[in-house]
Amino acid sequence: MFKYRKSALTAAISIALLAQAALAAEEQFFPITSYRVGPYGANGQSFFGGFADYLNYVNIKEGGVNGVKLVWEECETEYNNAKGIECYERLKDKAKVSSGPIHPMSTGISYALIEKTAADKIPMAMVGYGRTDAVDGSVFPYAFPLVTTYQMQASAIIRFLKEKEKGSLEGKKIVFLYHDSAYGKEPIVALQEEAKLNKFELTLIPVAHPGNEQGAQWLQIRQEKPDYVVFWGWGVMNQTALKAAQKVGFPREKMIGSWWAGSEEDTVPAGDAAKGYMSATWNVAGKNVPLIADIEKVVYGAGKGNLQDTSKIGTILYNRGVSAAVLSVEAIRKAQEKYGKGKAMTGEQVRWAMENLDISNARLKQIGATDLLPEIKTSCDNHEGSGQVKIQQWDGTKWVVVSGWIEGNKALIHPLFKASAKQYATEKGITPRDCSKES
Amino acid sequence: MQFFLEVLIGGLLSGVMYALVALGFVLIYKASGVFNFAQGAMVYLAALSVVGCMEKGAPLWLAIILAFVIMTLFGIATEKFVLRKLVNQPPIALFMATIGLAFFIEGLAPMVFGSDPRALDLGIVDEPIPAILDAWGIVISKFDLVAAGVAALLVTTLALFFQYTRIGRALRAVADDHQAALSIGIPLQHIWAIVWGIAGFVALVAGLMWGARNGVQFALTFTALKALPVLIIGGFTSVPGAIVGGLLIGASEKLAEIYLPPVMQSLFGGNFGGIEGWFPYVLALFFLLVRPEGLFGEKHIDRV
Repeated sequence: MFKYRKSALTAAISIALLAQAALAAEEQFFPITSYRVGPYGANGQSFFGGFADYLNYVNIKEGGVNGVKLVWEECETEYNNAKGIECYERLKDKAKVSSGPIHPMSTGISYALIEKTAADKIPMAMVGYGRTDAVDGSVFPYAFPLVTTYQMQASAIIRFLKEKEKGSLEGKKIVFLYHDSAYGKEPIVALQEEAKLNKFELTLIPVAHPGNEQGAQWLQIRQEKPDYVVFWGWGVMNQTALKAAQKVGFPREKMIGSWWAGSEEDTVPAGDAAKGYMSATWNVAGKNVPLIADIEKVVYGAGKGNLQDTSKIGTILYNRGVSAAVLSVEAIRKAQEKYGKGKAMTGEQVRWAMENLDISNARLKQIGATDLLPEIKTSCDNHEGSGQVKIQQWDGTKWVVVSGWIEGNKALIHPLFKASAKQYATEKGITPRDCSKES
Repeated sequence: MQFFLEVLIGGLLSGVMYALVALGFVLIYKASGVFNFAQGAMVYLAALSVVGCMEKGAPLWLAIILAFVIMTLFGIATEKFVLRKLVNQPPIALFMATIGLAFFIEGLAPMVFGSDPRALDLGIVDEPIPAILDAWGIVISKFDLVAAGVAALLVTTLALFFQYTRIGRALRAVADDHQAALSIGIPLQHIWAIVWGIAGFVALVAGLMWGARNGVQFALTFTALKALPVLIIGGFTSVPGAIVGGLLIGASEKLAEIYLPPVMQSLFGGNFGGIEGWFPYVLALFFLLVRPEGLFGEKHIDRV
């Protein structure tokens, strides 16, 4: 009798454990290293608010991805590299069971995590930022600088300026004003190559962190009298630059920034000084995008919105957060197509999916995200998937898109990635994968 | 030569902005012998209070008055809940308390008023004055001149206050020795509340000027970064020293930013710049070696 009871108990415990495991398997985990407080908290609130809202939207609207509920845990990094690593270490155990891509939203943190994520087999998305040469997936299997890299973005900006100058930049003077950090320095090599190719004069002017004092730099710009200032700022550096440009009388219509310098958080505090300023972007602002309007209706209508301050819905960074989440969820769908619908995907499986993304305009239209992303098609040797941006201009109250999709000069820029990735592989003793054998 | 002058004048005017922040540090140091780590956060709180009140519908003048009230109440609360418990404790304990205070303000201020960067329009344009530009070809904005005027007024008032008023003398006595000051009947608690209130007012002035220039946002806390070398050069206990230190730092860092990179490039190759991030600290280090008390600081003599 006792023997039977023991067997029954063992069976019951096993069933309970199996049931729990099955339940757990129906949840797709997303580790989120976010920042909602600290110097860049306002930017992080919009981005990560948009990101979480889309995951919630998929849960409410579709009951998850093929029935797999999307769950996440956030850890506050305050945009601090050390805290970013600490957060990653805290979240990685859960992410080893199932994991969507991690989005550090910080070039510094993504640099710090590039080796760790590869070792732990957790894919890292760096949407429009991070290590540029990670485009080469043969060396960086787990890192994905999706949509556009700093170098392709800089190249696209040059292409836009060239079109403005009726097809030639020869003899023109361009100043590159940049945050003196890895983020600011990344596009230099691309701009130097563009300068050689297009025969314009390039002057490099760095700004020390945090960039709240740029008097000397702008006096130098006034002295140089450039035709354009290409601008790679972040946080307070952006407003300070716009104000300083106004102070020395440099026209804002001749200033064009990276996407990190192109949100409402950058222009509103600068007041009138921002009017006419341009920046790169890949998503539009506003609630007219069908997906954004539907998120507001479905998620906030259900009282499950992530943001307390709903005025942020539809801002550039909110919509960008949604665009990053769309990419992540599409990767989960893709992984499920290969590894089993209705199952939670491991980091390794999601990595494969991210390397085989094929998001067409038709698909973007289907999910209502036409104005949020360009078409994305990734592969082993192209983890970027697009390289296209649009240019937007601040009209004094809102961002207005002033160009179509512009692709950076792939023929010029991609060999730079390859060379840099090769050097990285040599330094780290990595044997690159043979991309022709990947499927 | 014209460009050199432009950079020099621009640097001096930037230095005035640094001095505005440094003044707050000097006040607290004079009254308690402690480097107030929270001064940058106080600048942020003050500016955020102004824009927060304006968003609730208050006009600028009323918002400034309300912000002053907030900063005064904050000063009194700091004395009551933080400093009172630390009387006669070593300066390092007070310093640590100010670090905690900085984190507290950095968390509380955005929680109350929101963390979005916002514009602050004081009605002073930050554009070149056409007459100066036409006559000498030099960029000086009306905003810079107003900032310089405000700083001069503030320094004069504070210097006179410390030198010639009873409270000013009491402040200096308290800074010298808490216990001795208490033993001769100086009301330490009142003195500390007053000085933190005044430091709050100075933070408000600095917050208004910096906030109007760069927007009101968390980065205002970084303004304190430049105050440290200003204080080392000017002296931690000297109000006029804060101005002189500010001018020296402002002018030298701007000149270094323009004229050092070509020299370094010719020596080492590559692209140099962003020098103003570290140059003030190197200069401060030099002063620490040759004149540790700063240009105007009191020489510290310990009797054995």
